[in-house]
Amino acid sequence: MDLITLSVIILFIPLLGFVLTLFTGMNFKWAFLIENVLIVLGFILSVVLLYNKLSGYLDTDIVSEFNWINLGIIPFFGEIIIKLGIKLDNVAVIMNFTVFLISMVVHLFSIDYMKGDKRYSRYFAYLGLFTFSMTGIVVTNNVLMMYIFWELVGLSSYLLIGFWFEKKSASDAGKKAFIVNRIGDLGMFAGILILFVTYKTFSFQEIFNAVAAGQLPFNSEFWLTITGLLLFCGAIGKSAQFPLHVWLPDAMEGPTPVSALIHAATMVAAGVYFIVRIFPILSGDALLIIAIIGAISAFIPATIALTQNDIKRVLAYSTVSQLGYMIMALGIGAYVFAFFHLITHAFFKACLFLGSGSVIHSMHHEQDIQKMGGLRKKMPITYATFLLATLALSGIPLTSGFLSKDGILAGTLAYTSLTGNWFFTFIGFTVAMLTAFYMFRLVILTFHGEPKNKEKYDHAHESPFFMIMPLVLLSGLSIFIWYTPNPFNADSGWVLSKWVKAPTLSVPESARYPFMVEEQKQESIVKQEEEVTFSHEYTHAMHSAHVPTIFLSGFVAGLGILFAFLFYQWKKLDPNKLAAKVKPLYNLSYNKWYFDEFYNSVFVGGTLAFSNFLRWIDNTIIDGIVNGSATLTRGVSKVSGKFDNGVVDGLVNFTAYFSGFIGLLFRKFQTGKVQTYIVLVIFSLLILLFLFKSF
Amino acid sequence: MVTVSLYHYLFVSTILFSLGIFGIVTRKNAVMVLMGIELILNAANINFVAFARYGNFGFQGQLMALFVIVLAAAEAAIALAIVLNIYKVFSSVNVDEIDRLKE
Repeated sequence: MDLITLSVIILFIPLLGFVLTLFTGMNFKWAFLIENVLIVLGFILSVVLLYNKLSGYLDTDIVSEFNWINLGIIPFFGEIIIKLGIKLDNVAVIMNFTVFLISMVVHLFSIDYMKGDKRYSRYFAYLGLFTFSMTGIVVTNNVLMMYIFWELVGLSSYLLIGFWFEKKSASDAGKKAFIVNRIGDLGMFAGILILFVTYKTFSFQEIFNAVAAGQLPFNSEFWLTITGLLLFCGAIGKSAQFPLHVWLPDAMEGPTPVSALIHAATMVAAGVYFIVRIFPILSGDALLIIAIIGAISAFIPATIALTQNDIKRVLAYSTVSQLGYMIMALGIGAYVFAFFHLITHAFFKACLFLGSGSVIHSMHHEQDIQKMGGLRKKMPITYATFLLATLALSGIPLTSGFLSKDGILAGTLAYTSLTGNWFFTFIGFTVAMLTAFYMFRLVILTFHGEPKNKEKYDHAHESPFFMIMPLVLLSGLSIFIWYTPNPFNADSGWVLSKWVKAPTLSVPESARYPFMVEEQKQESIVKQEEEVTFSHEYTHAMHSAHVPTIFLSGFVAGLGILFAFLFYQWKKLDPNKLAAKVKPLYNLSYNKWYFDEFYNSVFVGGTLAFSNFLRWIDNTIIDGIVNGSATLTRGVSKVSGKFDNGVVDGLVNFTAYFSGFIGLLFRKFQTGKVQTYIVLVIFSLLILLFLFKSF
Repeated sequence: MVTVSLYHYLFVSTILFSLGIFGIVTRKNAVMVLMGIELILNAANINFVAFARYGNFGFQGQLMALFVIVLAAAEAAIALAIVLNIYKVFSSVNVDEIDRLKE
């Protein structure tokens, strides 16, 4: 079996699971098992796919496509053939594997977590739909199919976030996620249309080739930047980047395993993955704006996460922050590390979310970390795995998170040394410290110290096997050994040295960052066997930035953890006093920078005000016109009614009366007596004779 | 001396015809009405015979007169039968009371 067939089978397995589970679930108690078995099968096949691709076709991309719609030759445009297809490169198969791994553990975790829910099997059906949509995004070779699956992801996220739709907040959150995503998707759609009008194809590779050949939208580099940014709008929505990040924390209303799925490997990863896919056509200006958006998205949610008390909300803001990290990394050219971070983050963030699910489960749906504490003794395995994932997220050496985060931070340093811009470096390291702080605040408040809610604490217990097993698996994947033999440098590991490589850029050299332009004359100086990313200049900068990054990032992460312990474990410092001291800042963070309020008043309020204005126009002007015309019609009808009654009816009645009168006259002759008739006949005869006698 | 001409015959037949009409129109009794009809038929007979005598028609007039006499006999038989039936239904032969046609 070739890999394309295998990939198609993998793609449709979750869909099959969705359909079967959905249609048997009503009557068949064990329907959820179908979905679970199929997803495990899908995972096994993805492992096979990953292994075959990486061992057999390491440096070749396997592409297969077919004509989906052939519109023939359209006047003034040219021939339109819309193709669908599959592209398997290393990035796709690794992502595919990640999606199925996370999806599988989420499925298994949900078996116990969702037990007793009245829509148990439907929940699994939705999970299947979600996995299908995400797999479609991962393996596609064209923007159109990407967009289709992109919207499917939006749909399934809506279904899952609003899964407990009896709760008003849950259904609102589902709607919010869907609508906010639509805003981003609008930009993406416009970008896709520009690409299609320019290149008459949706295929990534063909677009890259055309751009490399010098064909640009509207023949201008400016429009190439605009196109890139429009496409990036889609990623802003899906990956919850500033300013569209507001849906993600609310999406916590969904079941916790769903949060793990959405915020680790599927939905939010789709945005980053999309940027990874279209990276070759992003111009320098577009990348700079992407990096700025990413930096803002990394910083603001990190500050919000400092003060939140809902265990899932902290993780949600942490997710936005980490996604901002990845986007920023892509923007400054740290392509491989951005993708690497996407993968490692998927594992440990899923672990964190499932861990929080385990905690919430055992605390009987208590989510406030102020009321937890001391759970370490009750739930040792959850604690250990949660702590390991937290270490990874904080970027402590020997974890996967350290490797990828370190790479991104080295990227920012390299960027600084190449351009002299300190902004991204500053943001990067600050956010690293903040992340370490709020994650350890979360761990300490949840697992350490004294239990604050004695009653719930007494009932707390370690979760069952199917909930523990995914945690162990995922936290195991947060250790460095799976990615590289050297715990301090991922460059030498197999993931980065062999599997994932920065793509060849298609953007014209004049539109790139200066350091991404390869200068030919340096070729002779540099050793030939060295791997080069973008340009020798950039590669050198990355190398020289590496060692300082290790110490610096270790230092800031340690600092963050130290403060977390000072504040919450040893109580040397009082967080409440500090909060009181910087009241405005604390309020800003606690109220999430007032984004929701701002959007509510400006966009929702603005829309409402505008609608009210329109309603006023409707009520007064439009209704006035309508009512006026109605009154006018009624008046005219009255006159016409009078005319009908008087003149027309009068005429008709007169005719009738006249006929009656004539009838009365002639009635006299109709006596019914034959003799009268005879007299009349004879009279008539005589009159006729008299009249016609001359003939 | 006045010779009897066609006009005298026609005059007699006119009087007969008029008497017949008068009888039909004025009599209330159905039998009298029938007798009026007989008079009209006989007036016609006189006309036939007179025209046959003074015109150049051979015996056609006399034949027709005989035919009418036969017809009148048959007609009288049928009409009297009808009158009998009318009497059975209405218990009267007064034609003024028999005005079902009006309804």
